[in-house]
Parts: sequence; structure tokens; C-alpha cells
Amino acid sequence: MKKIAFGLTTVALSLAAATSHAGEVEVLHWWTSGGEAASINVLKQEMEAEGHTWKDFAVAGGGGESAMTVLKSRAIAGNPPSSAQIKGPTIQEWGDLGFLTNLDDVAKAGEWDVILPGVVSETMKYDGHYVAAPVNVHRVNWMWANPEVFRKSGAAIPTTWDQFIVEAKKIKAAGFTPLAHGGQAWQDATLFEAIALAKGARFYNSAFLGLSDKTLRSQDMIDVFTTFKQMREFVDDGFSGRDWNIATSMVINGNAAMQIMGDWAKGEFTAAGKKAGVDYVCYPAPGTSGAFTFNIDSLAMFKVEGKEKQAAQKDLARLILEPTFQETFNLNKGSIPARLNMPRDKFDSCAHSSMDAFLASSTTGKLVPSMAHGMAVNSMVQGAIVDVVTNFFNTPSMTPKEGVDKLARAVKASM
Amino acid sequence: MSTKTANSESQKTRAGRPARLSLADWMPKIVMAPTVIMTLVCIYGYMIWTAVLSFTNSRMLPSYKFVGLDQYERLFNNDRWMVALTNLGVFGSLFIGICLFLGVMLAIFLDQKIRAEGAIRTIYLYPMAISFIVTGTAWKWLLNPTNGLEKLIIDMGFEDFKFDWLINPDMVVYCLVIAAVWQASGFVMALFLAGLRGVDGDLIKAAHLDGASTFTTYRRIILPSLKPVFFSALVILSHIAIKSFDLVQALTNGGPGYASELPANFMYTYTFTRSQIGMGSASAMVMLGCVLAILVPYLYSELRGERHE
Amino acid sequence: MSNIANKRQTSGVDKILRVALYTVLLIMAAVYLLPFIVMLITSLKDVEEIRTGTLLSLPASLHFDAWAKAWSGACTGNSCGGISPYFLNSFQIVIPAVLISTLLGAINGYVISLWKFRGSDLFFAALLVGCFIPFQVILLPMARTLGLLGIANTTTGLVFVHVVYGVAFTTLFFRNFYQSIPSELVKAARLDGAGFFTIFYRIILPISTPIIVVTIIWQFTQIWNDFLFGVAFSGFDTQPVTVALNNLVNTSFGGKEYNVDMAAAIIAALPTLAVYVFAGKYFVRGLTAGAVKG
Repeated sequence: MKKIAFGLTTVALSLAAATSHAGEVEVLHWWTSGGEAASINVLKQEMEAEGHTWKDFAVAGGGGESAMTVLKSRAIAGNPPSSAQIKGPTIQEWGDLGFLTNLDDVAKAGEWDVILPGVVSETMKYDGHYVAAPVNVHRVNWMWANPEVFRKSGAAIPTTWDQFIVEAKKIKAAGFTPLAHGGQAWQDATLFEAIALAKGARFYNSAFLGLSDKTLRSQDMIDVFTTFKQMREFVDDGFSGRDWNIATSMVINGNAAMQIMGDWAKGEFTAAGKKAGVDYVCYPAPGTSGAFTFNIDSLAMFKVEGKEKQAAQKDLARLILEPTFQETFNLNKGSIPARLNMPRDKFDSCAHSSMDAFLASSTTGKLVPSMAHGMAVNSMVQGAIVDVVTNFFNTPSMTPKEGVDKLARAVKASM
Repeated sequence: MSTKTANSESQKTRAGRPARLSLADWMPKIVMAPTVIMTLVCIYGYMIWTAVLSFTNSRMLPSYKFVGLDQYERLFNNDRWMVALTNLGVFGSLFIGICLFLGVMLAIFLDQKIRAEGAIRTIYLYPMAISFIVTGTAWKWLLNPTNGLEKLIIDMGFEDFKFDWLINPDMVVYCLVIAAVWQASGFVMALFLAGLRGVDGDLIKAAHLDGASTFTTYRRIILPSLKPVFFSALVILSHIAIKSFDLVQALTNGGPGYASELPANFMYTYTFTRSQIGMGSASAMVMLGCVLAILVPYLYSELRGERHE
Repeated sequence: MSNIANKRQTSGVDKILRVALYTVLLIMAAVYLLPFIVMLITSLKDVEEIRTGTLLSLPASLHFDAWAKAWSGACTGNSCGGISPYFLNSFQIVIPAVLISTLLGAINGYVISLWKFRGSDLFFAALLVGCFIPFQVILLPMARTLGLLGIANTTTGLVFVHVVYGVAFTTLFFRNFYQSIPSELVKAARLDGAGFFTIFYRIILPISTPIIVVTIIWQFTQIWNDFLFGVAFSGFDTQPVTVALNNLVNTSFGGKEYNVDMAAAIIAALPTLAVYVFAGKYFVRGLTAGAVKG
């Protein structure tokens, strides 16, 4: 009897909760592939448990290109969604235009300043105020490998790019595709920045944050381009336009040996039921152990009309930083939680290594923002760099020297 | 529009009747009004606005800080834009040329009292019904070297066969041509078939009495009389070529690199994902310039032709 | 001119020519059909067969799972309803947009050809430019306009956009068709006391069937197949089927399910395909009746 009464009270309470501030949130995002969709679904369920309505506005394709069009079209129409997946310097651009709402009260209640690492909280703030909530921290400089393929072709996991080339030749000779890659501009750039990072974090920062002309034209940069071009021969013929997760599935299925890709790739391994350390292994991209290229996904909150909508938006921001969500989301997505001091027992070895590297690199200065994923520079400069990189990779006749020259000129023109 | 002149115009047309303003005089203008307003605002208004933006340094959203011709200068110093423009030239001329050739040829062939003409015609015409998104998806699959046509022919025993245009930056633009021709040539065929059916039968009979062969009849008499159809087809095809956007998006997404990008994709990328509205607007103005270059001669002949009637 | 061939069919050379003619026509038909056949075959295979077989190898047994999944089970993001809900959205956009733009085009064409007033030709020329404006240009200002009108991200908004940019083409079609109607017809009717609408309704509309068919087919295809406006101006629950299709083929869970992609692509194309297959005859007939002139 007591139990029933208790049950009734909870029902009544939850009903009351539902009616008191039942609002709706419209969330614009491009998390559409397997692991991503499962992850965002967690947030949806939590919001619905709070009694809110979740309007899922997923626009797939092209690293969010279509989604950004939708966002701009809606912002300019004066009807922005409550929340949208934007990140890095783009948050500042939207903040400049006055579209983002202030989340300071939620942040204060949740002690965001304490629980978030400095590099994360800085990105989430515009003009000193929180305007976005981080969902995760991705490490981009990962290499995913299928140990079975390595065993069959008698190759060893490479730890430098020079060694990579040696091993990749063995793998190719054994009839496998050494490098699973998709010919999309941002994937080319992901590979490129991993090679550049092997030249050291100082070089990386000077080139992609400082945009120093001297570094961009240096011999080191020419070396980077040379290595990058060599990767072209380790890619299969069907790579053009291939999605990243299709490339990942080549590693999963044992058709390809390695993929250089951020830890969202792990979400695909997980979704396919594979175990880290057994079916696949993760290593830092060659020459970048100890360094950490970060890519922080976040949901920025837009100014919306209506008390209920605003309340729902605040709840969304709060829920994103709750440990339960951070844990489930990141287990699905392959990334590590944005907040510190989370229990780590449910995460696998790759995630542990990611967490350790994140903490370690933040003290050694080897924690760098990802250029390919729009964390380092604004979309103009990023676009200019990516254009040169992808064009270089796909033009057999272009020499590294020409590539470097083009890069330096393109960066200058876009500043 | 001045009422006075309009009035005198209607006086002329209604010769013999007293000039009097009635509702009927106003009706044509009233019913046209919605279209006029929509055109003025949504075509010309927006065009002017875009023109204005092309002289500003607008980035993420429109702003009105004027920088003169800077954006145009940057545009023409931009490798990617030059690639897109060159692609449009190659794609446009090949696409239009091949479509016209195939269209005329198929129309003439179909016009020879063919059995099952209806079925064959439908087969030629159906690609036009399909959206570029679908066309792109299908051809991406066909042209992919690892699982498409290349594999098919290798499996048939020709092991050295290579067909990797889709991943070859020098050839990828021809992939766009293939898919676009497949889509639009049937429509051109329909236009010409309609034109052929409209040719005066007596003309042909006369030619035959003079002993002209079938070939000569077509070349000398029938085809020249189809000039207006050529014109319509040309206008429709160039409009498809300039606006081609979805096809690139679905078939190659501009790649490899940006080797297969067309101006419409460039403009879209720069405006929406690169946050360079100023430069995007400048590229749009150049595209509009191309449009006008095609359209002005067409309109000129169109309107002048009427005066002769 | 088809009788040319007929008369001379007796000679042997012509017989050979005729065989050659049929061969060319049939080969071309095969080429045109190839992508569709490949799509159809692929959609009926299971994923394993696609991986191991070739493009044209027939499925060992028919699998309609891909179709069922594309229609009602495939996921984009976390909504797993296939493309069926978007199918309905498309109809809600297409039907009013086609009807309104066709009606406006008919009236405009009627005025421009038969009720000329000073400036009407100039306006027609100006309108034609509207056929050619690259649509990416108008996305931002149109978004603002829709916002001001209070119809941003609604079906009404999308209908509005399609009408605005469709009316140039419909006007062109009707104008070219009405151009061949002698203006005496209208004059005579006016002398009999018929008004603007009476003439339109009683005299013009009844003879307009061929061009109405052409215009409706054209507009239906254009609007159904539109992607750009659909993605930029729709709300989360008013997306048309092309946007859903794009979402679907760009979304993959683990491996790429080409069979589902292809099934979805065919489903998305079915309405326009049906129109072309069943009304294609009238389309060509309507074009003959005058749409291609001038």
C-alpha cells in the first residue's frame, strides 16, 4: 500500500513537474551517423523525462554544411532554433552578432567554472559569459588499427610517419588497403594536421594558430606536405567522397589496416560490437604521442521568445553538464566527458588513454586545437587552408614546394 | 506605368469606340499586380541587395561596411573560383552541345514511324522526372571505381579496364557531364520531336517532289525551320547548366579536392559555410552577368521578332 | 514527314537502314534505362549480395526489406520513421504551389499576349530574367522576407517561395502558347460585351488544356525535386522528401546500406516518374501545341 502511495506521489510529482515548465527545445544538429545518433538520443530522453518536448532538427551531410545554411536562414528570418550544434571560434562569431543567450545562472548553479577544464570553458564563453554547453572533448590525433590485418601482413604498428610508410608498403603488398580514408576535404585536413603535429606542438601552433608566414613556408612544412602526398598511394581507388564512417567500417571489416581519425570513429567500432584492445587498437597518430588535438562539440543556446521555451533551454544546458548525460553520451560517441573528475570505470582503454593525455598535455603545452575541425581559426582561414590541403592531396602533379607556397598565399589572402 | 499612355493604347485597340476608363481597362493590370510586385521585390530587390553586399565586407551575416571592389579582386585571385568558372565553361559547353546533338538525333530517329514510339520516348524522357539528388546518388554508385562500372567490366574479363574519372581531378568534370546529359537530353528530344511534328507537311512534300533525299530534306528544310526550338532548348539547357548545384552536391560534393566545383557551389559554400557573404555575393554577381550575357540576345530577338509580326 | 520513310521502305538498303535505326534506338534506350535498372536491382538485394555481386547481377531472391525500411524504418538522427512522413510534406507543398503558380501563369500569359499594355512586354522580359537567377542568391533575403511575413519555416512559406520563383516559367509557357491566338478573337468577344474574366474563362481556358498539362507537369517536377529551398526554408517537421532522402543517404549506421538508399531514391522519385510515364504523351503533345515556340 505504501509502495502504491509512493508510486502515485511520484507520478503526481512528475506530472506537476511536467505541467509547471513543459516547454520545447528545438535542437539543430548533424549528429546523424550510428554512434552519434545514439548519443544525442540520450539527451532527448532526458529532456522528455523532464517533461519537455524535443524537436529534433537533424540535417545530415558535409560536416554540417547544410545545417549551417539552415541555421543562417533561420537566424536571418528571426526564428532561430533554441539550440544548435556550433563550436569553437564560430561561437564567438554568433556571439558578436548578438544571437546567443546568457547561461551564467545555469553555469553558476552547476559550478561550470570548477568542473570544466580551462580550455573548455573558455571556448564556451562569449565576452566572459557562458553561451554554450560542451558535450564532450574529442581527441582528433588518433590512429585506429585492425591488429588482424597487421598480423596477416607481418607489419608492426608505426610510431613515426617514416615508419608508417615502411609498414604501409608491407600491408599493401599483402593485398590490404593500408589507409582507410574518405576523400572529403575535412578528412584530408584531419590527416594533414596529424602529420603536421608530428613536427611538434610549437610548429603546429605557429602554423595554424599564429598563421606565421615564416612557419608556413618553412622546410618543416615542405616535409609535412611531402609525407602527406605519400599517403595518397596507400589509399584505395574508391575513396572519393567516401564518408568517414564507411572508411572506419573498412577497418572494422578487415579490408583496411589503419585510419587516422578522431575518436568519434570509436563510436562506430562500439556500434559494430567490437572491443577495444581486442578487435581493434587505438594509438596516437604516428609521432604525436603525448600531444592532444582537441575538438569540443557543444550546443550553443540562441535567444528565444517565451518563458516555457527559455526554461526548457536552461534545463537543456543543465542536463548537458550532468554526469549521467556526460557519461552515457561519451560512451556512445567515443569521446571523453567535457567535465573533470568523472568516474572512469565504464570507459574503455582508449578513452582512459585519451583522458590521461588530455590532462598531461594541458601542462606540457601539447594540447592544441584542431584546425581541421574549426577549433583553431575562424571559418574563413580554415576554409582557405583546407582548400589548399585537399587540392594538393588530389592533384598528383603539384609539388610540396608549390603546395607550401599556395598555402602561405591562401592564408594571407584570407586574413 | 503611366495611365495616360496605357489609356491611349487601349484607345487604339478599340478603334471606333469612345475612350472610357472601365474596370476592364484596369483588369489586366490588377491581375498582373501580384506578379509584378513579387518580381520587383523577390527578383530585382534581392539582386540589388546582393549587388550592394558584393561591395561590402559582409562576413557571417550582412553588414554595410563598404570596401569597393575588394571582393571582386579577391574572387579572381581565388584558385577555387577560377576552377569553378573553368568547370562551368567545360561543363556548360559539353553539356549543351551533347544534349542538343543527342536530342536532335533521337527526335529525328523517333520520327520515322517507329513501332512502340510511346514506350521508347518515355524511356528517353524519364530521367527528367528525377531529381538531381537521386541522379547524383545513382551515378555516384555507377561511376565509383571499386563497385561500379569499372568493376562490372573487369568482372566480364577485361582486367585492364580503368574508369576512374570520379576520383581523377582532371576528368571528374566529365562525370558531371555524363550524369547531366543523361538527365536532360531526353527532354531536348521531346522538344525537337514536338517541333518536328509541327513542321508543315506540304513543305516536305514539295521538297520530295523536287527529288531531295531524306537527309537533304532534314538538313535543308526541316532543321532550319526549327530555329525557335533550338533557341528554347538552348535557353533551357544553359539555365540548367548555370544553376547546376544539386548534381555536384550529390555526385561529387565538389571533389576530389574542389576539382568538380561549379560557381553555384562556390557561392553557396562561401556564403553559408565560410561566412564570406561579401565574396559570395560578388561571385553571385558574376554568375548573374553570365546569365544576362545569354539572356539579352535572346530577349532582343524575342521582342524584336514581335515587332515584325 | 514520317511518310518519307514509309514510301521508300521497299528497297533493300532502306530495310538495312531501318534495322540500324531500331538498333540505335534500342541501344540508347538501354543506356537511359541502365541507372534505373541498377538502382532497382540494388534495392532488391541484401547488403551481402551488393558487396559480392556486380552491378547487374540479379538478386538471388527478392528482398523487399530495403523498401520497407526506406519507407518507414530508416533512421536519420534519432527519428526512425523512414521517408514516409516527408512524402506527405512534399505533397502538401507541391499541390498548392503548382496550382497557384499555374493559375497565375495562365492569367499573366493571357494579359501579356492578348491584353498588351504599355510596358507589358518589357515586364515580360524582366520576368524572364527571374527564370535564370541562381537560387542560392536569394536564400538570405528570402529568409528575411519570410520572417517578416511570419511564415518562416512553414509549409505556407515554402509554397510562397515556389510560387514566386515558378511564376516566371509558367508565364513563359502560357504566353508562348497564347501568342498564336489571333487578337481578333478577343476583340470580337469584347464587342459582344464580354469582360476580361468572361473571355478568359469562356474562350481562352477551354483551348488551354495542352499547355496547362505541360505547365503542371513541369512545375510538379521542379517543385517536387527541389532541394535547396526545401533545406533552407523548411521547419523540422515540414521538410520535403528530397531533404529527407539527402539526410538518409548521408546517414549511415556502421556500413552503408546501399539497398535502402536506392529504394529510398526510387520512392522519392515515384510521383514524378508516374507523371512522366502516364502523362508523357500529353507533355509532348502540349509542347507541340506551342510551348516551344519563340
